[in-house]
Amino acid sequence: MASVATHERLIGGAVAEHPRGRAGFIGTMRSEFTKIWSVRSTYWTLIAMLVVCVGLGALFSWGATERILALKHGVTFGGHPAPPGALANREALIKSQAASLSLFGLLIGQLIMVVLGSLTITSEYSTGMIRTALTAMPRRGTFYAAKAVAFGFVALVTGLVTSFIAFFLGQTILSTQGVSTTLGAHDVLRTVIGGGLFLAVCGLLSFGIGAMLRHTAGSISTGIGLLFVVFILSNFLPSPPSGWFGQADFDKWIPFFAGAHIWQSQLVGVNPFSPWVGFGVFCAYAAAALIGGLVLFLRRDA
Amino acid sequence: MIEARGLTKKYGETVAVDNLSFNVQSGKITGFLGPNGAGKTTTMRLILGLDRPTRGSVTVNGRRLNQLAWPMREVGALIDAKAVHGGRSAYNHLLCLAQTNNLPKRRVHEVLDLVGLHDVARKRTKGFSLGMGQRLGIAAALLGDPQILMFDEPVNGLDPEGILWIRNLMKALAAEGRTVFVSSHLMSEMENTADDLIVIGRGKLIAQSTIAEFIAANSQQSVRVSTPQRAEFAAVVAAAGATVRDDSDDRLVVLGLTPAQVGDLAFEHGVRLHELSPAHASLEQAFMELTASSVEFQAGLPGVAPDQQAVGAGKVN
Repeated sequence: MASVATHERLIGGAVAEHPRGRAGFIGTMRSEFTKIWSVRSTYWTLIAMLVVCVGLGALFSWGATERILALKHGVTFGGHPAPPGALANREALIKSQAASLSLFGLLIGQLIMVVLGSLTITSEYSTGMIRTALTAMPRRGTFYAAKAVAFGFVALVTGLVTSFIAFFLGQTILSTQGVSTTLGAHDVLRTVIGGGLFLAVCGLLSFGIGAMLRHTAGSISTGIGLLFVVFILSNFLPSPPSGWFGQADFDKWIPFFAGAHIWQSQLVGVNPFSPWVGFGVFCAYAAAALIGGLVLFLRRDA
Repeated sequence: MIEARGLTKKYGETVAVDNLSFNVQSGKITGFLGPNGAGKTTTMRLILGLDRPTRGSVTVNGRRLNQLAWPMREVGALIDAKAVHGGRSAYNHLLCLAQTNNLPKRRVHEVLDLVGLHDVARKRTKGFSLGMGQRLGIAAALLGDPQILMFDEPVNGLDPEGILWIRNLMKALAAEGRTVFVSSHLMSEMENTADDLIVIGRGKLIAQSTIAEFIAANSQQSVRVSTPQRAEFAAVVAAAGATVRDDSDDRLVVLGLTPAQVGDLAFEHGVRLHELSPAHASLEQAFMELTASSVEFQAGLPGVAPDQQAVGAGKVN
């Protein structure tokens, strides 16, 4: 508290010359990258996502090999004598699902991505940083786009890295019983890349929700509810009478079922969209949330 | 130059800023005064484009803030020193702001030096004291080396040293020909620093003038007299058409006469004087009288009639 600014010290001269052009997207995006990488919560969340996705995938893969190992000893996992042909059936089943089995952790990993996506924007409001930031960059559309692109990039890269690590570790475990698959096999590359894409879009969906709600707890709850709770509930809700309006054509619109078919085929609901069409629907949801967030962001007082 | 024209902001039914028009002149310190809740912060938020006016407009250098090519290089503002992400270091906080306006990293170090935060630049800001937070906010405002600076209640909660630092800083900034627009609810804070004044109450403009004009217009000259013949002299003065009242120290306060006239009266009537001193009502008092009717939450002083409160609360120098 001792230093007193003097006249001479204030004249830095550093920025006296105004450059050509105007403050815009590129600078703001660099700023957003700085913001993302300069708070610890980013690292914790991304590490948590990696550990959960890779760890759960490894555990599920290990579980699958245990069952096969038991069958090779002529008993089921429960200790009963195995029926004839059980081993071959099980091996074929695991082999056909080897890629999505190793990615099973994404089911939980998506929730962590929801947290990260929400925090990216809601933490600006909870800390008040938004007011300082919008004073520096008052062009709100530019600000919002730069933030979404910077976050989307981080989410996509970490999503892909997570997906590939989970895949390779899972296959290493499955290969001990000879039921692993490779990236070259049918649909496997789509599955693994799809896992990364899915995580990134989960994050962006949550980012849009965060921009609309501006409240951390509220938007995380909404994101988790939308992605996780709805599809679980759908498994327990009674079907409508057949031929009425048909659960078959209802289920597939549930965000998780639509979006997750690209990386797994067990949890997709009745009569699902094909993987890429479903993913397109999922992206449309995220786009709707992002646009909703943008419209409110442009209109509301900060 | 900041220009507000018919600026109005309503939050629901509450009118925070009511048809406000004013100019903040370049190269001067303009004090923005008003009681708490008068709409000072809202006005500053409107200038910065954080809030959208219900009616009217406000421009900076002839443009809305979001139309400026390099906003940080034209306007720097400290509205709320706590508006930072506490998990980010001071350096990174300033860096992410600097990057939006393509300001070099070198400039971040410069402003950290300037406000004396260089030693804690890598520390997370959640551990900062109020004074450090205020300095960080000022560092952010100065990042773009702007010609216009806005500070909202910059000395609130600071210790005397911090207050002195801010005062000197504002004077130094103005000495460089910058425009400084600073709000306060304390007139005494402005008395020594500001050139111009804008006074608002309940969102409405009450006065806009230079500080000298404001003093001349709003402070009544009075003469303080101490005499053993109080009652007698009070009658003499009253007969001469002046207002007279007792002050708390058993002296008479004469309003409406110059010190010379009072002295002559005493001489003519053979009244002995022990003290004869001119007194100017302080700006604080003038300000309080001016805004007394527009204070949002008026607290009653026990035992003082409402119309005397403003006078009773201000001190007569």
